[in-house]
Amino acid sequence: MVARTMSAKTPAMVAVVVLSNVLGNFFMGWGVKHQTPSSGWFAPILTLFDPWVATGVALLILWMLSRMALLSWADLTYVLPVTSIGYVLNALLGRFFLDEQISAQRWAGTLLIVAGTTLVSLGSPSSAAKAGP
Amino acid sequence: MSPTWLYLSLVVGSTVVSDLLQAREMKDHGELHDFRPNAVARTLSALSRRRYLVLSILFMALSFFAFLKLLAVADLSFAVPATAASYVIETVLARLILKEHIGPRRIAGTLLVAGGVALLAA
Repeated sequence: MVARTMSAKTPAMVAVVVLSNVLGNFFMGWGVKHQTPSSGWFAPILTLFDPWVATGVALLILWMLSRMALLSWADLTYVLPVTSIGYVLNALLGRFFLDEQISAQRWAGTLLIVAGTTLVSLGSPSSAAKAGP
Repeated sequence: MSPTWLYLSLVVGSTVVSDLLQAREMKDHGELHDFRPNAVARTLSALSRRRYLVLSILFMALSFFAFLKLLAVADLSFAVPATAASYVIETVLARLILKEHIGPRRIAGTLLVAGGVALLAA
């Protein structure tokens, strides 16, 4: 029963971590690229008041909290590669919504990341659980 | 050093420090089970008293502002994956500092991710 709860909890939390990060980055990227450029040390602070950037920041706060929760039971060396599937989603959003050009080399890199993510996600999220009592 | 590589280095360096501190502190705190609003509030209150966790969030904030600057000078489809250069550094340090067990599957997967990042950044 505990194992079944754990097995559902991990993919659900991974999904929240990935989606909040991907959408947060996308909204921030959209906001930064569509606002009037400003200079000076306070410029990054002013950027935060852009509605798109503010939405991105809110999603990235959710990302930070959900990732902290995930790290409370899963290894860092599991969380890093498994959540990297977000890079692929970011590339797709950049291509279709920000009109960014993605070369064949970038797509090849994206596919390698997907392969690495899949390989790591097939294993246990925690080495302590595996080697535990 | 061009602005792109300067901001990228800053993002990667601060991310590595932040992630290692955060992983250590969250493991030390113990697994979170209860996600009801009151329990989450109590957990956040307890976590806010962990100074290394607070330090990790400061490094995360530094990484965030550097990333914001990076997004202004580079494509999203370059900036996001290029920051994954921290994976290899973090994997080595997680083994050495956090004493995580890294089996052949995780090593192979992490190397594939690192290879993908190299292709994206080249």
